[in-house]
Amino acid sequence: MTVKYKTIKEIKQMISQKEISNKEIIEEVYKLIDENSHLNAFITLNKDRSIKKAEDLDNNPSDSSLAGIPIAQKDLFCTKGIRTTCGSKILDNFIPPYSATVIENLENAGCISVGKTNMDEFAMGSSNETSFFGNVHNPWGEKLVPGGSSGGSASAVAAGIVPAASGTDTGGSIRQPASLCGITGIKPTYGRVSRWGMIAFASSLDQAGPMARTAEDCALLLNEMCSHDVKDTTSLDENIPNFEDSINESLKGKKVGVVSDLDLSSLDNDVIGVYENSLQEFVSLGAELVDISLPNLSLSVPTYYVVAPAECSSNLSRFDGVKFGRRSENPKDLEELYVQTRSEGFGDEVKRRILIGSYVLSAGYYDAYYKKAQQVRRLIKKDFDEAFSDVDVIMTPTTRGPAFEIGSKGSDPIQMYLEDLFTISANLAGLPAMSLPNGNIDNKPIGLQIIGNFLDESTILNFGHMYQRKTNWHMFTPEGVKQ
Amino acid sequence: MSWETVIGLEIHAQLSTKSKLFSGGSTEFGAESNTHVDLVDMGLPGVLPVANKEAFYKAIRFGLATGAEINQVSSFDRKNYFYPDLPKGYQITQMTKPIVEKGSIKVLTDKGEKLINITRAHLEEDAGKSIHDLFEGETGVDLNRAGTPLLEIVSEPEISSAKEAVAYFKAIRQIVTFLDICDGNMAQGSMRCDVNVSIKKSGDKELGTRAELKNINSFKFIEKAINYEIERQIRVIENGESVVQETRLYDSDKNETRSMRSKEEANDYRYFPCPDLLPVVISDKELQEIKDNLPELPEEKESRYISEIGLEESEAKIISSSKTMANMFEEASSKTDDIKLVAKWLVGDISALLNKDNIEIDESNLSPENFGKLIERISDNTISGKIAKSVLEEVWENGSDVDEIIQTKGLIQIQDESVLEDIARKVIESNSDQVASYKSGKDKLFGFFVGQVMKETQGKANPKSVNEILKKLLK
Repeated sequence: MTVKYKTIKEIKQMISQKEISNKEIIEEVYKLIDENSHLNAFITLNKDRSIKKAEDLDNNPSDSSLAGIPIAQKDLFCTKGIRTTCGSKILDNFIPPYSATVIENLENAGCISVGKTNMDEFAMGSSNETSFFGNVHNPWGEKLVPGGSSGGSASAVAAGIVPAASGTDTGGSIRQPASLCGITGIKPTYGRVSRWGMIAFASSLDQAGPMARTAEDCALLLNEMCSHDVKDTTSLDENIPNFEDSINESLKGKKVGVVSDLDLSSLDNDVIGVYENSLQEFVSLGAELVDISLPNLSLSVPTYYVVAPAECSSNLSRFDGVKFGRRSENPKDLEELYVQTRSEGFGDEVKRRILIGSYVLSAGYYDAYYKKAQQVRRLIKKDFDEAFSDVDVIMTPTTRGPAFEIGSKGSDPIQMYLEDLFTISANLAGLPAMSLPNGNIDNKPIGLQIIGNFLDESTILNFGHMYQRKTNWHMFTPEGVKQ
Repeated sequence: MSWETVIGLEIHAQLSTKSKLFSGGSTEFGAESNTHVDLVDMGLPGVLPVANKEAFYKAIRFGLATGAEINQVSSFDRKNYFYPDLPKGYQITQMTKPIVEKGSIKVLTDKGEKLINITRAHLEEDAGKSIHDLFEGETGVDLNRAGTPLLEIVSEPEISSAKEAVAYFKAIRQIVTFLDICDGNMAQGSMRCDVNVSIKKSGDKELGTRAELKNINSFKFIEKAINYEIERQIRVIENGESVVQETRLYDSDKNETRSMRSKEEANDYRYFPCPDLLPVVISDKELQEIKDNLPELPEEKESRYISEIGLEESEAKIISSSKTMANMFEEASSKTDDIKLVAKWLVGDISALLNKDNIEIDESNLSPENFGKLIERISDNTISGKIAKSVLEEVWENGSDVDEIIQTKGLIQIQDESVLEDIARKVIESNSDQVASYKSGKDKLFGFFVGQVMKETQGKANPKSVNEILKKLLK
């Protein structure tokens, strides 16, 4: 028996049929981590405690919904007693005294957190090249990036090491790596999942979500991750449905918005072909395609690259070497303590965004940049509100193409920023959005993005699951199609 | 040339909430360093602030008491700057939408009453403390105070002298203590202020360049710092130079202000709305409830004391001038029927003792119960007013119980008229010369006989009885 490439549902079945013990599962996970160490997907492992937890489960079986399910946690979530680096040198010695609400929710449901996954430093990046702990590699090709920033999580799931991982998504950090690694991931509505214990990048955009092999597994994970948390005032006090309940609903008569003003000219014909094929699959499932217009969509990348750096420039101020994390050696005065600690502790991309953010918030520029960006953000949200009065979901490609090679985007950050072209608008509008595999180009997976209405994760999971019942793109692994 | 001074004050009043503005951390003063600090106060990665409604309620009380507008939707902004005792690298404050705007307060000045407008009063979190003298060559940081709620009360630049600034500060202090939203303790830093000072030629419309004096925490220093600064600015201008916009620090040891940083060196605080906090909404019901439960303010107390209790205006003013005084008056009054006597003693002997020791009445050894008892013993003739003074002095010294002092020292007034008459006779017998003079018309000698009787009884004789008896015997 093996758990490699297995879904949560399959592993649950194996446990309940006593085909495998909890301890065997966890031991195999660590074996798989070892065998895949070249992927560099993990920063810190949590082996002893995980094996102990599995043994306890073997002795005292639990009927919690995710009992014994191994999960990889993005190293952006604080985990009590376990080093949490956020992919940064400045936190390479930071051991939090508390756990994020998401971590607690998942562990209370029985998940075993096997380790902390590599990521772009402070979640700033789309290729995992900005991590202080080195590149993560895509299991689909040693030279390929896994995407980012949740690249370690995506890589670990895609390599079949774990059935599930947590991610966070500020501008596409769950969906873009999901697309490049051929897995399914969802960014919920802003406020569905508590941000308590998530190290903030851009507070008004950050949202945690699940990464797994199928939409169905994402629904199982999301059931546990969501909660109304009084410790996070932006967390929504809204009814949380059972996301599994409606995944099998017929798509007959449901409407798919197709963005007519989407500029696909920068995409390969292959990518466009894959995208259009998927739309036809949905038509054959009974859904109807409806042209919609999102006139301000093209403004989302520049808007994002004002709002997100502004927030991050402030959020990252606490990393100053005074209270926790790394402090530079022998500063001669306070100014040098700050300058050296931060110069040594942050990588180039983080510095670049702190600089941009400080600039757009500075006196005399605030109105022209930050304030204007917030106004545009409201327009983008309004576009979506209008579109959703006509349709149930909106579909776009998740990414401009499949995984690219490490180092291939060169030194032009704008090229990297454009990676998030399709994903960013959902963050700006606070809407739920999913990426799921919908094709292969040159034996590299690629994903489809399904954006849902506010609080309507159920509908996008329903679309995703029905698609995965009909197609087998989610069964593709780097070692061939899963049987 | 004659100059006019323009002063504006930013007063920071620490709100007396149980927990901090954005966390459950305790606000208690004087605890061991870094023990009243929770995850949020430390600014750990991943923590989030949750606004404390109690702080809003207290701020609203201030707004209502100063006739201000209350913003039922107010929001928080971040003020970004680096300092070791600022754990997050930014302070959460209310820049764009403060909870309170456009109030005013009456201030008593040399030229009579003056209304000073309050631009705004907003909530913000306090920083921690840097401790420079505890560790050799190192600076310590104590985060106990970090996150404590402050109400920053910003006046219009309408104050025209150092004295007036002090009067304004005192008026604000009076109102926040009466509202029970701040303990007003300046020594513990519960109230402190920044002062903006500029001068201009008399009659000029345009304001001069201002200097900001930072973090002053006593009435005396406010007055001295402003007066020093006014003279400095006059000197600068009369020397043909110009005043530079800058932040200055007042050094109370040398009684001078020194430049801290100029406008060019000033931080760009990069304010922006705090994305971790949704705007805070105060419902009509909440607002009404606060209005309905607003404590009685000094002016209201003063007029009630005059109209209902019948105090003299001067007495009512003194008693209602401070919260602690008014509390003492009201509590002691509930222990005795002779409320006017309570007022008389408070305004007279007790005020004198307070001035002598330079303390507030709640810092003294006198409890309202004991004070009430003292008045009761005077009005039921157990002791005379004169004896009462000595009893009060002893209570003042060590807080002993009034009845106990009277008992152990045998101070009970002699009421028995036959005893007093015996003593009076003896006095008359042994002073025959004076008796003769008195009877021949020297009326003033009556006081001599009273004094002798008092001396014989060690002051314990009821003066009224002594008078009557002596008059009878000397007829």
